Amino acid sequence: MSNSAVEARLLTRTLPGEIPVTLVRDIDLTVAKGEFLAITGPSGSGKSSLLYLLGLLDVPTSGSVLIGGRETTGLDPDRLAEIRLAAIGFVFQFHFLLPEFTCLANVEIPIRRLSKLSPRQAREHAAFLLESLELSDHARKHPDQLSGGQRQRVAIARALANDPSLILADEPTGNLDTRTAHLVFDLFRTLAHEQGRTVVVVTHDHELAQSADRRIHLVDGRISG
Amino acid sequence: MALPLGLDIALQHLLHRRRQTLVSLLGVSLGVAFFIAISSMMQGFQRDFIARIIDVQPHIIVKAEIRNAPKQPVETLFEAGAVNLSGLKPRDENRGIRGARNMLASLEERPGIHVAPALSGNLLLRFGGKDLSVNVTGIDPERERKVTHIEKDLLSGSLDALYTNSNAIIIGEGVAKKAGIRKDDLISAVSPAGVVLKMKVVGIFSSGITLIDNFDTYTLLKKAQVLQNRPNVVNRVNIRLDDVEQAGPLAAEIEHQFGYRSEPWQEQSRNVLGIFVIQNAIMYSTVSAILIVACFGIFNVISTVVFEKTRDIGILKSMGFFDRDIRRIFIMEGLIVGIIGTLIGWAMGWALVEFMASMKFEMEGFVRAQGFVLYRTPRHYILSAAMAIVSATLAAWVPARRASRLNPVDIVRGAG
Repeated sequence: MSNSAVEARLLTRTLPGEIPVTLVRDIDLTVAKGEFLAITGPSGSGKSSLLYLLGLLDVPTSGSVLIGGRETTGLDPDRLAEIRLAAIGFVFQFHFLLPEFTCLANVEIPIRRLSKLSPRQAREHAAFLLESLELSDHARKHPDQLSGGQRQRVAIARALANDPSLILADEPTGNLDTRTAHLVFDLFRTLAHEQGRTVVVVTHDHELAQSADRRIHLVDGRISG
Repeated sequence: MALPLGLDIALQHLLHRRRQTLVSLLGVSLGVAFFIAISSMMQGFQRDFIARIIDVQPHIIVKAEIRNAPKQPVETLFEAGAVNLSGLKPRDENRGIRGARNMLASLEERPGIHVAPALSGNLLLRFGGKDLSVNVTGIDPERERKVTHIEKDLLSGSLDALYTNSNAIIIGEGVAKKAGIRKDDLISAVSPAGVVLKMKVVGIFSSGITLIDNFDTYTLLKKAQVLQNRPNVVNRVNIRLDDVEQAGPLAAEIEHQFGYRSEPWQEQSRNVLGIFVIQNAIMYSTVSAILIVACFGIFNVISTVVFEKTRDIGILKSMGFFDRDIRRIFIMEGLIVGIIGTLIGWAMGWALVEFMASMKFEMEGFVRAQGFVLYRTPRHYILSAAMAIVSATLAAWVPARRASRLNPVDIVRGAG
């Protein structure tokens, strides 16, 4: 069995057009299980694009992505969606919580979609996740009644809903103040080191990146150290 | 919370866009309500009219006419030949139905059939300085009362009074009104044959069908034969059937057997029945137009939701929702509007029909009526529901498809 959580092999993504734009080029990367990796780089360096490729949101032009040692190239969109649902949790710069639903209901959505748990169990698990992130008081509130940091923590709770082995975060602290940002990064480290999840975070903040186990720096779609 | 996830999301979208949802709901409801009300009104009128025709008029009229001119002997002899006859003269005298007596006898042998001979022609009535051109039908009251409605339609007088008075005539209510004729008045009648008679009005009838009331008069068959100067001639045989449905086939059979033109009631009223077809076409296109407008409303709401919910769609997809899950959410929104709109429309349509039923007024068109004649049937409800729900779903389909095709990367990247 492979010890890698996610693996990129000669990954290239080019946007077609009159002048084709290459977002990432020939990326070789292996992230071990339980590792906390930060991807840094200036804006437009392709770090987000790499993250989407690793998270099976986007499909590479060439090369391949392996999740838990399993080849994903050539799978149809529905299979990719199934892998995302069960094995990957996303956190974005914006919380993307559904405004019509309470925080609790938001966290429940992925659990209900996977439908492995009964509605009652889904509710209990969502409540447990919010509790573990110290959000129990806000479970019944709608996202617009929460602060930015609280919302982002609800979004993280949602990403953890189906107990994924891989957490991918795209500038998760982009809209947060420094103190809250540090709290979020501490949370990611806990997820990696105490719960054995693999965490990949894209950030342009070098100081925050220092708290990761490993950092890679991207320039013009290539790893440069 | 026991709702399926997709339905839950769809409902939340609609509930958070209350005003827009309400407007499109109302559109569907009005479409459905008008559909029910208008169809019930139109079909009510049409069915009532047909029922009256069947009730009032003979089911089959055999006329002293031949549908197609008979072939000349030379044409039958040289069927394939190029025959051109010129200088043909029609016979001067219309002799009526030949062998009418035999025809009547043979028809009367059949079960479930009533026949009455008649001679119809034109007549000029003159009363108080007014000239009225009317149809006069000579009838045999004994037989006529079994074939047409005339006896029940009499407002005053009786059919038997035709026997008891010499030169008696029964006139339509419209005829009486036009010339100010009352019962027992003496009027002069001039026939095309030049016969002038003083006639006594012994009865006035009202059938409810305007055309008949305004132009028809009745007298004894013998008297009509005198007026038209056609002794012993009958030019019409009126037939009434116990089973109305038999009118078409039987008319064809009679025409085949006796050679005279036999018109079932459908053919007699062909022009009116033709109008009904056009009426229905207009009604259905008007009502469909209302529903189409309602569908634009639905299309509009769901397009707006899709546009506003782009981010949500992005996150749902990144979470692992399939394209078809997303599509289903938005189609469900159209379906919900369609179903709830239909239910409200049913209630509104029912109320509208009952309201129209409660209205009373005098109306004179093809027929006289004291209000709307309404036809209530579950068919209208089922049909309107089917139309509303199908078109609401179609209206949702386009934006739903667009939503399902959104690329989550474009959304999360754009927002980031």
